[in-house]
Amino acid sequence: MTILFALFSGLIFGLGLIVAGMANPEKVLAFLDLGGRWDPSLALVMVGAIACASGAFYHARARRLSLLGATMQLPTATRIDRRLLGGSLLFGIGWGLAGICPGPALVLLGAALPKGLIFVCAMLTGMLLFEGLERLTRRP
Amino acid sequence: MHIDWMNFTPWTALAGGALIGLAAACLLLFNGRIAGISGIVGGLLRPRATDIGWRLAFVAGLLIAPSVYRLFAALPRIRIEASWPVLVVAGLLVGLGTRYGSGCTSGHGVCGVSRLSPRSLAATLSFMAAGFATVALLRHVV
Repeated sequence: MTILFALFSGLIFGLGLIVAGMANPEKVLAFLDLGGRWDPSLALVMVGAIACASGAFYHARARRLSLLGATMQLPTATRIDRRLLGGSLLFGIGWGLAGICPGPALVLLGAALPKGLIFVCAMLTGMLLFEGLERLTRRP
Repeated sequence: MHIDWMNFTPWTALAGGALIGLAAACLLLFNGRIAGISGIVGGLLRPRATDIGWRLAFVAGLLIAPSVYRLFAALPRIRIEASWPVLVVAGLLVGLGTRYGSGCTSGHGVCGVSRLSPRSLAATLSFMAAGFATVALLRHVV
């Protein structure tokens, strides 16, 4: 059952990205280009998403189990450290280079675009690189 | 600042955003999980990957979204300006950065900000600032 709901929410998420224009890197870059002809649309994507999700997150705080009986797994980390900020900066640079973040990357791959495939392969390599580096630093 | 009113699409942006929020709410309330794409994908690449099923299902949902959309309408305009080498560098940075930073636009930007997490707010401000700076540098300085 959780698998079915995960599939459904992934699908709705992807449709949302397409409707919102976030699956079009050209539009994402137009949003990030404050100094050019700025397209503010994507700020409204955030507004729409947060408006719809915040009620659920507020409700979820008091729950121990989900509606399907799964454990609620909310993040517990609160520290704002170099890892968080440095990682986010790296991500932002990559995002600004191509106008693609992880969700839209998978949608572009799903649309069978060769450039989407290249980006996703590079992104997965970056994630595997992280796992490798983590193992190196954990075992001195 | 010049606002590009011609390409400003407030209603589809809000509607698409609402769908994204709905999807995040659904995954949270039914599965008890955060809809953070980088975390969901990254979890599949761990040495000992756990709960693979729902992660794969969520990714599959994202992958079939364009095909499902096409059942009802033609896909809207998609243009990837970046060249292949730039895409490779960008993809590597996005993969590495989102894992070090524990999240991306969805996990920190939508879910984290929705639950008023200061940590996610800090991450969101960092990657937005870096995104703005990178585009400014590439389009107006170099």
